[in-house]
Amino acid sequence: MPEQPGKNAIEVRGVRKVFGTGENQVAALDTVSVSIRENEFFTLLGPSGCGKTTLLRLIAGFDFPTAGEILLHGQDIAPLPPFKRPVNTVFQSYALFPHMTVAQNIGFGLEMLGRPKAEIEARVAQMLKLVKMEALKARRTSQISGGQQQRVALARALAPQPKVLLLDEPLSALDYKLRKEMQIELKRLQNETGITFIFVTHDQEEALTMSDRIAVMSAGKILQVGTPRDIYDRPAERFVADFIGETNFLPGTVVSKKPGVATVKFASSATISAGYPEGFDPTGEVTLVVRPEHADLVPDPAKGTIAGTLSNIVYFGTDTHYHVKLDGGENFIVRHQNSRSSPVTFATGAKVGIQFEEDAARVLKD
Amino acid sequence: MDIKDQPGFRSVAIICLLVLYVPVLILMVFSFNSGSLVTHWEGVTLKWYGSAFLNEEFHSAARNTLIISVTATIVSTICATLAAIGMTRVKPWRGLAAAFMVINLPLMVPEIITAVATLSFFALIAGAFGLNFGIGNLIFAHTVFCIPFAYMPIRARLEDMDLTLEYAAADLYATPWNAFKRITLPLLVPGIMSGAALAFIVSFDDFTITQLVAGPGQTTLPLYIWNQIRRPMTPEINAISTILLLVSILFVSVSFLIARRRAK
Repeated sequence: MPEQPGKNAIEVRGVRKVFGTGENQVAALDTVSVSIRENEFFTLLGPSGCGKTTLLRLIAGFDFPTAGEILLHGQDIAPLPPFKRPVNTVFQSYALFPHMTVAQNIGFGLEMLGRPKAEIEARVAQMLKLVKMEALKARRTSQISGGQQQRVALARALAPQPKVLLLDEPLSALDYKLRKEMQIELKRLQNETGITFIFVTHDQEEALTMSDRIAVMSAGKILQVGTPRDIYDRPAERFVADFIGETNFLPGTVVSKKPGVATVKFASSATISAGYPEGFDPTGEVTLVVRPEHADLVPDPAKGTIAGTLSNIVYFGTDTHYHVKLDGGENFIVRHQNSRSSPVTFATGAKVGIQFEEDAARVLKD
Repeated sequence: MDIKDQPGFRSVAIICLLVLYVPVLILMVFSFNSGSLVTHWEGVTLKWYGSAFLNEEFHSAARNTLIISVTATIVSTICATLAAIGMTRVKPWRGLAAAFMVINLPLMVPEIITAVATLSFFALIAGAFGLNFGIGNLIFAHTVFCIPFAYMPIRARLEDMDLTLEYAAADLYATPWNAFKRITLPLLVPGIMSGAALAFIVSFDDFTITQLVAGPGQTTLPLYIWNQIRRPMTPEINAISTILLLVSILFVSVSFLIARRRAK
């Protein structure tokens, strides 16, 4: 994807972070470079242990990189201690100060910056209003609920008007309904404040719904950076396709190719044209990925690109998943959105064909 | 099965409690004895408390005890706080485990050994440099053996504390000193109070080390009681012991209440 214009809030350049010494050395981050634009909701997404929290801690200043630079508006902040960085953090555990009231927590950053009392009071009042916590400002943080603590943690981190707000899995401790509410709330806060948000999560759905752009990480590396659509529709690697959403993997053989598109032959000798990412040269035996909603079932096996036997039907309310055992032995899932005007019914055990939408299949690096 | 349901559990527990507390109760009861013997009950009076309060020797012993205990408590609590911070809030250093051992060793060394060692140490200084710090010797000795007692609750509190709070303070522009002053220290206060109360009580009723180190005119309350019971005893000593006991109970209760509040 071409780099779009717009100033960068954070530039991470060739950052490495190694923990331990000698034989116990572990590279938590293995030479990572990424640019995060101003006013962007940017998400670091990956399984636990992928290095996303390490990267966040390096930007916050709780750890220092083994090598590389971290630029904030062009200035290298990597050697600065956390209290000299105009960057604030919302912690996973919230880390509210238990011996202070809600208002004192929110005002703490400004107080440490030595702002005049009147300014602090005005700003705290504004923040309380922003997160709708005015009524509870005199409470101790132990006397409010988890969702309310979350709001206070947000207000406290936003009060000093940081250049960048870091959020370390802030919603993971909330129950499902509250989490959905806070997702919308976070987007609203980001729009209203215009502050760059860097959000860490392992929840791919959360990442897709909230982010302007996502960086998918695994084993200390960034595998792909792009908009949620890019990442979902055009995953750069098999790991990305597998980690985000549901995906079918199909074996095939490349028979011919032109730039960006390969023709792949299945065992059944049917062929399909499949896109592939830049900088990758697919040859020979490859794996195709197809999203379950980009394929369709047809009752006549001969009409499908591939064919198989319907082994299971799972009803989800909004859609139905058809599990197909392909003639080649692989399992394939087709997702069909339910509507009143689609009464097509299939029975388990029936022979069916699978058709692909245009551009549905992609060849990916393993 | 609950241990409370074991046969005989209740009676064993009651016997243990009786052995522990009946002598103390008898001591307290006889402090109100109108006769002048501590073994023969005659009637109720408060005169022994009156004579204790007018007793100059008791006053002087109480004064010595307070000077020593209060000073030793303050100094040892400060040392223990610094040690606990130095051993939980800095990067692990070589000899950290050894330092921990050294701080806690006095708890395991028999007190008479520490007493003899301390006595020899002061005798050596007096011999080599002709220095004698008077009551300062006792204060110094008490401070040293109080440190591990003060250290324990403070360290426990520091280890329980969520380190993320200190990260959060640094993230919100607090310099290391401000983060300590505004976050770590206020949250550490219950631990410090509880450590100080423990140090005070240990110093307040110390006998072995004090007996060996104390010079003339440095009689503390435990030493005073010891001297009194070697003469024909009157219930006045029971009265004084009861006062000491009440002070001890007060401090232990304060320490306990603080510890319970911090657990909440």
